[in-house]
Amino acid sequence: MTQPATLGAIALHGVDIHFGEGKTAVQALSGIDLKIEPGEFVSILGPSGCGKSTIIGALAGFTKISSGELRVDAERVTAPGPERGVVFQQHTLFPWKTVAKNVEFGLKMRGIGKAERERKARDILCSMGLSEFLAHYPHQLSGGMQQRVNLARVLVNRPRVILMDEPFCSLDAQTRLQMQELLLSLWHELHMTVVFVTHEVDEALFLSDRVIVLTQRPARIKTEISIELPRPRTRDLLTSPEFVALKRQTLELLLGDALEPAKHSQSAAHSH
Amino acid sequence: MESAVQGAVAPGASANATALSALSADEAALTNSPARASNVGFSQRLRSLIIGALSIALWLGLWQLASVHKWNFFFRFENIPAPSEVLAAFGELYGAPKFAAHVGNSVRRIFLGFSLASGLSVVLGLLIGRFRLAAQSLFPPLEILRPIPAVAWIPLAILLFASAEQSMVFITFIGAFFPILLSTVHGVEGIDRRLVYASLTLGAGPLDVFREVILPGALPSIVTGLSIGMGTSWFSLVTAEMISGQFGIGYYTWEAYTLQQYPKIVLGMITIGLLGMGSSFLIKWVGRRFMPWFKPDASAA
Repeated sequence: MTQPATLGAIALHGVDIHFGEGKTAVQALSGIDLKIEPGEFVSILGPSGCGKSTIIGALAGFTKISSGELRVDAERVTAPGPERGVVFQQHTLFPWKTVAKNVEFGLKMRGIGKAERERKARDILCSMGLSEFLAHYPHQLSGGMQQRVNLARVLVNRPRVILMDEPFCSLDAQTRLQMQELLLSLWHELHMTVVFVTHEVDEALFLSDRVIVLTQRPARIKTEISIELPRPRTRDLLTSPEFVALKRQTLELLLGDALEPAKHSQSAAHSH
Repeated sequence: MESAVQGAVAPGASANATALSALSADEAALTNSPARASNVGFSQRLRSLIIGALSIALWLGLWQLASVHKWNFFFRFENIPAPSEVLAAFGELYGAPKFAAHVGNSVRRIFLGFSLASGLSVVLGLLIGRFRLAAQSLFPPLEILRPIPAVAWIPLAILLFASAEQSMVFITFIGAFFPILLSTVHGVEGIDRRLVYASLTLGAGPLDVFREVILPGALPSIVTGLSIGMGTSWFSLVTAEMISGQFGIGYYTWEAYTLQQYPKIVLGMITIGLLGMGSSFLIKWVGRRFMPWFKPDASAA
């Protein structure tokens, strides 16, 4: 049951992404080289608006890369696909579908019969403590419950890769921690690759095998940090000395970066 | 493979049993709240019903006084029938086949014109909202036609169609078409892009996106458009019937004026009001049936 994942390898090679043309063109990502092993949990950490989410868009297949190469399991990514599940920030459940129908959606798209998809949706929702809410509509649930349904909707399809774009950032601290622990246990059991975008240092360090730190826009990979903390991880880890030390080191990296653009814009102003 | 999924998910969840039970108080509160809300709603609804009825009674009383005493104070009430006269006229007409034929003709025209308009404008609106090419090619001509009131179409409609009947259905169609079209386009454009992305990453094809996301996502806006369109189609029909009609409640009202049967004018007006209100209620009711998930105040709560 704990055999290592063999699928879900991700490779980015010299990936650039820019939006628009001419004078209004904005470069979001610049020369991203990144290899992620099957079953690895990698966080992408960077300042707000740096282009973190653009990486998720590219991996998911709805943002076109401008140059370079992006492959998942040696296959070039050109369009969205169910083998790469995406969990967005919030409010992306279909408001017109019940909790159960939301979770069944991916199975329905694959042509799985009604009885089977109802059973699968019920099973996964029950296992996530949502058995009483199958017939509820999303707006009747709390934010934390909605994100659990969101996770279930993606996981029921057994994706090789799960892409998460600041999925817990709108939750209160207590619920967020519960969701982080839930995610870790699901990841441990289901052997999938996770790419987790966040601007929260604690969250990145707590969850990941590896944290990729991005620069300000256009985002480049500034550095990466291997997290050697033992697993399974629980909330106690958050207050341990090694975690605090790691956090200090990471914060220095991030804050050092935040000072740079001020210098850049000054020198740019002088040159004009 | 399937049992592996279940077996795999379950232990993970049991490890989080404490985390989940901590949320249960919150969940219980959420499930209870709708029942309490509807209790409060009942006494408030009763209260507003009583106030509404009292207000209508007050206005009717004033009108009765004004007509009986033939007040001529800016408004000339000397020729205006009193509510009691209107009621008498209503008693005479109740069940009269001719009056029923007037109402039946109008309802049939509304049904035809409104059905054609809603079918066509919802389809066009979905296409215009979703596809740039459709927006670029279809929207400009429609934008030129849109500001023309349905009433202004009447002379041309008489020339365009062989019978007065067809031209009146056409006017009804025109009245309903644009409000529904605009609301539909607006509804499609207002759909959260991430819902489309979410459906794509879950394996939806282009047709699935249309059926599962675009159509339900635009539905609240479409229903609003239908309800506005129903109002404008009645407005247009009554005008068309007054100008070129034979039978129909608009024709009846205008005929009453030319024959100086004044209570019948008011009777016609009230009938138009009731028909409009009834059809609008019907649309809201159908809308609620199709959208049990839709709560207009959900974002506020």
